[in-house]
Amino acid sequence: MNPNLTLLIISGVLFACGIYLVLERSLTRVLLGLMMLTNGANLLLLTTGGYAGLAPFFAKGTDPRAYTDPLPEAFVLTSIVISFAVTGFMLALVYRTWQLGRGDEVADDLEDRRVAAQTGSQPEEDAILPEDVSEFMDREEAAAADRAAVHSARQKVMARDAAGAPLDGDAAYGQTSDRVSRDGEDPE
Amino acid sequence: MNLASLAPLAVVLPLFGAAVTFVLLRQERAQRIVSIGVVALTLALEVTLLASVWGGGTVAVPIGEWVPPWGITLVVDQFSSLMLVISSSVSLAVLIYAVSQGVADGDHRDGPISVFHPSFLILIAGVSDAFLAGDLFNLYVGFEMLLTASYVLLTLGGTTARIRAGVTYVVVSVVSSLLFLIAIAMVYAATGTVNMADLAVKLGHLRPGMQLLLHVMLLLGFGIKAAVFPLSFWLPDSYPTAPAPVTAVFAGLLTKVGVYAMVRTETLLFPGDQLNAPLMVVALLTMVVGILGALAQTDIKRLLSFTLVSHIGYMVFGLAMSSVIGLASTVFYVMHHITVQTSLFLVAGLIERRAGSASIDRLGGLAKLSPLLGLLYFLPAMNLAGIPPLSGFLGKLGLIQAGVSLGTPLALAVVVAGVAVSLLTLLALARVWARAFWRTPDDAENPDRALLANPHPGSMPRAMVGATAGLVALGLALTVFAGPLFSVSQQAANDMLDRTPYITAVLGQDAAHEAAQQAAQAGVARP
Repeated sequence: MNPNLTLLIISGVLFACGIYLVLERSLTRVLLGLMMLTNGANLLLLTTGGYAGLAPFFAKGTDPRAYTDPLPEAFVLTSIVISFAVTGFMLALVYRTWQLGRGDEVADDLEDRRVAAQTGSQPEEDAILPEDVSEFMDREEAAAADRAAVHSARQKVMARDAAGAPLDGDAAYGQTSDRVSRDGEDPE
Repeated sequence: MNLASLAPLAVVLPLFGAAVTFVLLRQERAQRIVSIGVVALTLALEVTLLASVWGGGTVAVPIGEWVPPWGITLVVDQFSSLMLVISSSVSLAVLIYAVSQGVADGDHRDGPISVFHPSFLILIAGVSDAFLAGDLFNLYVGFEMLLTASYVLLTLGGTTARIRAGVTYVVVSVVSSLLFLIAIAMVYAATGTVNMADLAVKLGHLRPGMQLLLHVMLLLGFGIKAAVFPLSFWLPDSYPTAPAPVTAVFAGLLTKVGVYAMVRTETLLFPGDQLNAPLMVVALLTMVVGILGALAQTDIKRLLSFTLVSHIGYMVFGLAMSSVIGLASTVFYVMHHITVQTSLFLVAGLIERRAGSASIDRLGGLAKLSPLLGLLYFLPAMNLAGIPPLSGFLGKLGLIQAGVSLGTPLALAVVVAGVAVSLLTLLALARVWARAFWRTPDDAENPDRALLANPHPGSMPRAMVGATAGLVALGLALTVFAGPLFSVSQQAANDMLDRTPYITAVLGQDAAHEAAQQAAQAGVARP
């Protein structure tokens, strides 16, 4: 089989431009990049079939250079149909992103940022423990002391919370729980 | 007539069901009946397929009587039929869960939600097609079917969070499919065929450098789908935002289809051990990096997504050893992991429903609130962590045994990492247990005022609990019937490493003989 050099070069250029565009943050450019990449791949598939303009395979023992292999063309057709569907879907996604956020940038994952920003220490392990004052007291006194200690610890936690969530997580959580409670519903 | 020749129905039935449910877009009830009926029928069919090849036997089904290697061939062997049965049982449970969730939420509006059933059925058809495909291009088509359906399912409802997640997912998936397509083009240019049995014979004739190139290209494409580190970044980013049943079915099936394709590549197409060492390194990194990610999370669904990535490492490890016991453990581990990971995601959905949140910073006291939910979480969690005598332990034991008997320093290192990762999995899941289930609600770091005031924000419909319980029971059944299942996995592994049954079934004795000779010449020694 003799490959067609022009087609190979074009497909190479398509790959290069496509990869460059896919690495962008703007969704429209990513979409254009994906379209270029698929077309590059389609051209590559096409070149595996031999020269254009020859008749398809017709008899046993034909010289490989004397016919075109029709099978890659069937592959290309399938691949074009698939990329058509995916491009349509991507367009809808881009439009929806624009509708929701008036922009087509790929957004950061909030939860991801939050996890990355958290410190190594766990709040639970560092929580203020009620002092153990129950030793050498009779039972009722001890129970009262425990209750007071737990109450004051809880007050401290609440106060710390009210002063502003230490992890700045409430905004992100608000969104999450909203989403959860209305699972699958349109926000509008 | 051989029962196995009904194999195409495993793809056609769900597709047909998808068409019918699409026509019934406005009749919710009819849609539900049709889709559950179709999946149950497919499951019954696949059980028949499994029974017909149980204990040995590979059957090739040429579509439209086109003789291989020219026509499309579907191949039913023990590995593919095991995968089919497990994946359909999991899909059925998830479908019942999703339906009862929809019923409970009163989703009677017509809107994008009614697209759920057709997409779900197309996803199942794609998964079945990928498991049955006997040629690379049909495998590609199967992948595309399930991926396109998964795009729709992941972005269901089109909320901000889901669109954001969907964009990452779609772009990464399209790029991985492109890599696969380019690999197919190169394979076809080099050999003139895409039939896998034919390739098994012909790839051996190529120069070693060319073989390596094609091998790496195929593994890259499948590696992204299987979420193998460092190609796994997209998974924890996109899965958790989807509705619970969707995440559950993705976690169970989609990555495993990638693993399945990797297994076929490693055993049938490139039986040599040229890439075994890099695969082991990748397996080790996947395990360790995945589980460290899980330890940092506070959202249960995100945490589970990271454990999902981590445990793909075990399967790759078994594959990389290319010994019968290693591969058999991988087959067993895939079955175990599909069931257990899916049930954990379903439980996470139940937690979200019952308590209004899936963040372990906000939850507390669930064990008292709903002991049943506690049990449903506890069993698969222990199973995933590999506590004896559950199936997770048995799968890991097989892998460790294979690693130790292989005995190379790298394999031993992965064995040590595997044990450590299993402990860390236990730690991550126990953290969820201690916080969400065990402590009192007002001990939470970020207690939800609404949750404290009203500890019963949601109820759990019976069918949702039932479907989850069914899956948990299936996970336990894998433990109880581990003996016969492991021996059938061993036979499947034997057949795959031998390659002769597969090639004989598709192309006949002569081709199989030629492939065996080649393998002997190339010095591929099989135990």
